[in-house]
Amino acid sequence: MIKIKNISKSFTGKIVLEGISGEFDKGKTNLIIGSSGTGKSVLLKCIVGLITPDEGNVFYDLRNFTEADKEIKAEIRREIGMLFQGGALFDSKNVEKNVMFPLDILTTMPYEQKIERVNFCLQRVGLENVNKKMPSEISGGMKKRVGIARAIVNNPNYLFCDEPNSGLDPQTSILIDDLIGEITHEFNITTVVVTHDMNSVMGIGEKIMFLYKGHKLWEGSSQEIMHSGVKELDDFVFSNKVMQNLKERL
Amino acid sequence: MKGFGQYMIFLGTLVVRRESFKTYYKLIIEESVQIGVKSVALVALVATFIGAVTTVQTAYNMVSPLIPKYIIAQVVREMVVLELAPTIMAIIFAGKVGSSMAGGLGTMRITEQIDALEVMGINSASYLVLPKIVASLIMYPLLVIVAGFCAILGGYLVGSIAGIISPTDFIYGLRFYFDSYAITFALIKALAFAFLISSISSFKGYYTQGGALEVGISTTAAVTSSIMAVLIADYLLAQLLYVR
Repeated sequence: MIKIKNISKSFTGKIVLEGISGEFDKGKTNLIIGSSGTGKSVLLKCIVGLITPDEGNVFYDLRNFTEADKEIKAEIRREIGMLFQGGALFDSKNVEKNVMFPLDILTTMPYEQKIERVNFCLQRVGLENVNKKMPSEISGGMKKRVGIARAIVNNPNYLFCDEPNSGLDPQTSILIDDLIGEITHEFNITTVVVTHDMNSVMGIGEKIMFLYKGHKLWEGSSQEIMHSGVKELDDFVFSNKVMQNLKERL
Repeated sequence: MKGFGQYMIFLGTLVVRRESFKTYYKLIIEESVQIGVKSVALVALVATFIGAVTTVQTAYNMVSPLIPKYIIAQVVREMVVLELAPTIMAIIFAGKVGSSMAGGLGTMRITEQIDALEVMGINSASYLVLPKIVASLIMYPLLVIVAGFCAILGGYLVGSIAGIISPTDFIYGLRFYFDSYAITFALIKALAFAFLISSISSFKGYYTQGGALEVGISTTAAVTSSIMAVLIADYLLAQLLYVR
């Protein structure tokens, strides 16, 4: 479980996050949603430690990550897997070496064991016979899947996904969402997904946090989101015709 | 001053929380090939022509019949060993290798590859930059030696072929009053320039923020800052090391 307490962050005087608190449960797909520019990605970067919050703390299973020294932070980070918006695959390494990278750096596994694990992870995300391809030779959806494979290769306890569907067609988006949901349950990890895609919200959102202008306005499940009674959330959720029709039917 | 302070902190982060020696060893070999081996052809070509031109220009300006011909070779030797090989090659090194380092790291930054390393608990600065600096410290002095050899060879060939100076005079001039300290001096300069170019270029690239435009700006800044640092260091080293 990950707990955030009173997280605030501002950049050159502009407040981006203010007093955000909440919990992300183990074995569930936790979503942080909101319109563009509401501070979702900044919150995610505060949680994983890429940005230091001005105020507040992040706890990984009761371990205070924000105030931990560099060694402890590095230790916690080794339990983290992250899928970045663009995949963030290393351009100079092929798919196999990209996925193997955390094992190369963080473990002393023999090569045979590493390659076995890499192939398992690539198969798990539905990729086969791409081991020797370079990131520039594969599609956006495949890059995301390789990113997921790399994120789970070291058996993380926490998985973070920053806009996993951005730039993908609807069908591939659903595939990626399903994959994230399945992996979360299969490996019983704490998954936090930042998204503004309503398909993801309805598809895999087990616990949802809604951000609006740097504040947490609502928290609940995908079933409750339809009847939140929060105007800003309704505006966000029912902003497209499909969701409006759904609301009328409800 | 803020930038200089940030640069010093950056240098400090390179040596804390390092990865295993085996990891660095592989990276240093890869970087050495990238930085050194792939620069040999360019360095050899430029140095050969610089040596040839230096010979022609020196001969052209020595109009007095009282000056023996072998002095041309002595002048070429001194210019090549002390300035052309370490300093002019440093400018070429900054243009070729420094820009590549800054561009590569800048692209890694804007495509979140550096963030990916950090999230894995890896000291990204140390992992990415330290091998580049070490490889530069190994390869740049070797490139300076290659450049010095090629420049003198260029001078020798042009001098002989164009009938400016006989091969015997050229060899005599090369050996005339030769002080081996000049080689030591050139190699000290090479080490200093290699460190400055690799660390400044990496620093500029590592802290790139924004998009493709900013990567270009960082790359340009890396080359200009490196060249300025090299020229200042060249003067300071000349002051420091020539007091004998």
